[in-house]
Amino acid sequence: MNLTLKIWRQKDAKAKGGFETYKVENISPDTSFLEMLDILNNNLIHEGKDPVVFDHDCREGICGMCSLHINGHAHGPDEDITTCQLHMRKFKDGDTITIEPWRSNAFPVIKDLAVDRGAFDKILQAGGFISINTGGVQDANAIPIPKKDADESMDAAACNGCGACVATCKNGSAMLFVAARVSSLAKLPQGRVEGARRAKSMVAKMDELGFGNCTNTGACEAECPKGISIAHIARLNREFLSAKLKD
Amino acid sequence: MSNLFTSSIGKKLIMSITGLFLVLFLLFHMCMNLVAIFSQEAYNMICAFLGANWYALAATVVLAAGAVIHIIYAFILTILNRRARGKQRYAVEATPKGVEWASQNMFVLGLIIVVGLVLHLWNFWYNMQFVELAYSHAEIEALGLEPTNGAALIAGLFSNPVYCIVYLVWLAALWFHLTHGFWSAFQTIGWDNQIWRPRVMCISNIVATIIFLGFAAVVVYFYAISLCPGGVCY
Ligand code: HEM
Ligand code: SF4
Ligand code: FES
Repeated sequence: MNLTLKIWRQKDAKAKGGFETYKVENISPDTSFLEMLDILNNNLIHEGKDPVVFDHDCREGICGMCSLHINGHAHGPDEDITTCQLHMRKFKDGDTITIEPWRSNAFPVIKDLAVDRGAFDKILQAGGFISINTGGVQDANAIPIPKKDADESMDAAACNGCGACVATCKNGSAMLFVAARVSSLAKLPQGRVEGARRAKSMVAKMDELGFGNCTNTGACEAECPKGISIAHIARLNREFLSAKLKD
Repeated sequence: MSNLFTSSIGKKLIMSITGLFLVLFLLFHMCMNLVAIFSQEAYNMICAFLGANWYALAATVVLAAGAVIHIIYAFILTILNRRARGKQRYAVEATPKGVEWASQNMFVLGLIIVVGLVLHLWNFWYNMQFVELAYSHAEIEALGLEPTNGAALIAGLFSNPVYCIVYLVWLAALWFHLTHGFWSAFQTIGWDNQIWRPRVMCISNIVATIIFLGFAAVVVYFYAISLCPGGVCY
């Protein structure tokens, strides 16, 4: 496949960025999207140019490090996958592909396509944990947990913190991420105890960092690589409002 | 309750409660209007009952407060949300699958509703409750106004096809606003989950459609009878 790439280049957080156009040739449809960018960078290095900076780590859909807004979609045109799981067979020979960084006030660009998602870490540090040591692994059935609760918790725990929800939301809201973290802990007995405090402190941090207000468009759910449901946002609203009303 | 209403979810709660309150008002208003189709006399009796009396005025003040709060928070939230999104926009943006158009255009739809509302208050409220407040009965008679003859006002206005179209466009904007707004309010309050979401969304479409049809029926009915000379269709 021969492709034209329009890629956002930006020297650093302060510089004014812009699009650069590149051509890549003889790309196999079985190449992954990030491998395709590796090939581009290889060419750029050989030409003595600055390679394109983009985030990645595990390249198997686990870590949430890869990002990229591809042709108007966070993590590209395919559904329920991260960018590293996207393959070139999803595109056609001769296509022009526009690649942009996540765009949100709370995620400033570091360089080119890499953004600083440290704001998510700060939200987690504000309450996305269980604050006592729960000890070693328990006997599996020592604390019975209904299957439905365990399933909901596990579904929410699939969130890898990639930030596609924020990148897609027209309000730059981090509600899906926060809701996933609150839900995954609130549905289990160990996490339930601190549920109210967790919801309050994570939402307070999220607001402080300048994320927007959710208007329930559902765009986050559609673009989330883990298919996290906005039903978790309803649970977060419930947890937060009942905690506040009890204060 | 400490600083609930300064939090993002608290501000949304205000939006949803005022929004649902406005929906209740619309349902009440719609039922009242429908009376005009069946009996103009009965409709005028309601108008007389809801003139410039203390209870009608108190209800008007509460209603106006609800509407004003909803509008103010719409501005606050929209400004905050645009700021959160940042100055740098995507060059290419595609709407993700399954996202309702209305949900991404609530503010614009709201603005259309405000413009229609101002026109509507000028057409009706000004000629009905306001004149009763501002003028004495002798003055009203001298001006040739009939503040309790709402049916005549409706019939007069909707004999004009331009007004009919303007009102129908206004109602269409309201329909879009409510198809998203109604279920969204439940989601905001937290009364939603995986199983109930499709149901609440369906109820939302039904409520929006009932409201649209209920109000539009009055517009269409009065336009239709205006086409019959001599009132033979009554
Ligand atoms: C009869 C009039 C109206 C009714 C019945 C109504 C109803 C609603 C409802 C039920 C919601 C959902 C709240 C939520 O998502 O929690 C909503 C949202 C919204 N309304 Fe209205 N509304 C009306 C007029 C207006 C007006 C005049 C504006 C002004 C600009 C407006 C702007 C908005 C905006 C921007 C939202 C989205 C806010 C958000 O989701 O956070 N609405 N409305
Ligand atoms: S909720 Fe989904 S889109 Fe958002 S950070 Fe988690 S995995 Fe990424
Ligand atoms: S690189 Fe780890 S999820 Fe994509």
